[in-house]
Amino acid sequence: MGRTLAEKVYDAHVVRRAEGEPDLLYIDLHLVHEVTSPQAFDGLRMAGRRVRRPDLTIATEDHNVPTTDLLKPIADPVSRTQVETLRKNCSEFGVRLHPMGDEGQGIVHVIGPQLGLTQPGMTVVCGDSHTSTHGAFGALAFGIGTSEVEHVLATQTLPQVKPKTMAVTVEGGLPAGVTAKDLILAIIARIGTGGGQGHIVEYRGEAIRSLSMEGRMTVCNMSIEAGARAGMIAPDETTFEYLKGRPHAPRGEEWDRAVEYWTSLRTDDDAVFDKEVVIDAAELTPFVTWGTNPGQGLPLGDSVPDPATLADPVERQSAERALEYMGLTAGTPLRDIAVDTVFVGSCTNGRIEDLRAVAGVLRGRKVADGVRMLVVPGSMKVKKQAEDEGLNEVISAAGAEWREAGCSMCLAMNPDKLTPGERSASTSNRNFEGRQGPGGRTHLVSPAVAAATAVTGRLAAPADL
Amino acid sequence: MEAFTTYTGRAVPLRRSNVDTDQIIPAVWLKQVSRTGFDKGLFSAWREDPEFVLNQPRYEGAGILVAGPDFGTGSSREHAVWALQQYGFRVVIAARFGDIFRNNSTKMGLLPVVLTGEQVEALQSAVEKDPALEITVDLDGREVRWGADTASFEIDDYTRWRLMEGLDDIGLTLRHADAISGFEGDRAAWLPVTL
Repeated sequence: MGRTLAEKVYDAHVVRRAEGEPDLLYIDLHLVHEVTSPQAFDGLRMAGRRVRRPDLTIATEDHNVPTTDLLKPIADPVSRTQVETLRKNCSEFGVRLHPMGDEGQGIVHVIGPQLGLTQPGMTVVCGDSHTSTHGAFGALAFGIGTSEVEHVLATQTLPQVKPKTMAVTVEGGLPAGVTAKDLILAIIARIGTGGGQGHIVEYRGEAIRSLSMEGRMTVCNMSIEAGARAGMIAPDETTFEYLKGRPHAPRGEEWDRAVEYWTSLRTDDDAVFDKEVVIDAAELTPFVTWGTNPGQGLPLGDSVPDPATLADPVERQSAERALEYMGLTAGTPLRDIAVDTVFVGSCTNGRIEDLRAVAGVLRGRKVADGVRMLVVPGSMKVKKQAEDEGLNEVISAAGAEWREAGCSMCLAMNPDKLTPGERSASTSNRNFEGRQGPGGRTHLVSPAVAAATAVTGRLAAPADL
Repeated sequence: MEAFTTYTGRAVPLRRSNVDTDQIIPAVWLKQVSRTGFDKGLFSAWREDPEFVLNQPRYEGAGILVAGPDFGTGSSREHAVWALQQYGFRVVIAARFGDIFRNNSTKMGLLPVVLTGEQVEALQSAVEKDPALEITVDLDGREVRWGADTASFEIDDYTRWRLMEGLDDIGLTLRHADAISGFEGDRAAWLPVTL
């Protein structure tokens, strides 16, 4: 029987397999940031262990970094200590670090692909659940906890039980005005926040194949929001085109050998998935969330749902709580919801194409009075590229704030946060209670919807302008 | 990690679904560089409400959290596990867990127990009726027992053994250092290095 993409990549990394034990899986790339690593490095120190493969490890500062005043020390002493601890650890253990202010700095899931370090067929881990982003290249990439970070640092492996596989096939082409973000929000709403639990999702079908690498990364990034262990997309010409010439991509004869191998990784025609979901792309429209988990989303043209109509008591209770937290009334058209803040950025939507989409909508327009709009590039390289293309000028001229690179308001560990009761349209990945600041209310949207919302002050799509 | 065989004690019912790790431990607490002091951050936003279950004196001292489905979804932060343990929890029972949270729990010796939605509901109701109810979570027998009720749960043999012995994964893996070196010798030449 044939194998799926996920199975091929998994099988190629099994160091040791023994009856009654988890497999030992080799890790090709370990991404490290300041938040989930300090206790892991401490563990190494206490046990007298070293980092086994610093040459397969790379660190960046992203979660805590301010997006203004890069030349000043971080004002929050606790954040500063965490960033300084990473610097000390990287220097002690010989790990390459891209610190604040460095031209290679950025969100961990933006810099891996940008450097060409993320390649098809690799295993990639990071102490961050959005590691699933790298699956866009046909890599098996997943988030781990700090104990596992320490385990990978010490052994370059992880004990793993082979996950099940799930196909999400998106048939047909995406209608005009529908983006990768709308697609993944619709998929999560369809299968639920636990829908992918225990599975590696492979996204397939015409709509997926026609996405750019940026779009594919947006889709794979939010796999975790559907509960999946990882998300993957088969490598193809789009993947190779993106990778070719990047600093760490293979060259010359090695490139040809690599492409041949990468091509062989595609799911065999006779492979069987444990679970399959089919989505009709033609039915999709711009999609936004109304609740406090990423599965609570609807087409922008719909209204806030009435919890009383939900049959499942757990879902009903969850929806009631969500509406109360979000300060929303059932039946309100989603387009009537006014926002205070618009956030563009994060590992979901902080790449160059996202910024182009935002600038495309904002060109010649103004951010509505009373609305604050933050645009935070995913990395310093993305920022520079956007500036070379003049996107920052369009964004600033519209009245939005053009910031330095980092995770920023996606999780509000730096000074960019919502105040209690403040409402945002955000291109990030989580609308959890308090995610963007205590008491803050988040609607997840695509970059295009974010920009249109900034212009009207209410949830809107570019077609509404 | 601390070995786990059997725990007998009281429980707290948390009747909420999709309790993500941002709720268990909000991001502001993640800035610490040590492994201690996270108990104060556990559910810190919800604990501002005096009615929140953890603020109710009748549930004080409970070591088992009985939560709604999809507990521990979202962020990979192991701080969520540390916070629960440091607050005093040894067991979390739910119908479904986020994969990474569940994994992190078993690395630290916090036992995640999966029961059916009906069993979780029955246990929550029993605890609400009698907060002093003694519940036994028996990892060896793979059973949860309370009053006249028993619910069995599944956990793979290897994870159960590791938890019962309190074994450190890194030590276990390093026994296979030769296999790792052997694998490294066969890796494709084009694979990238960071240095």
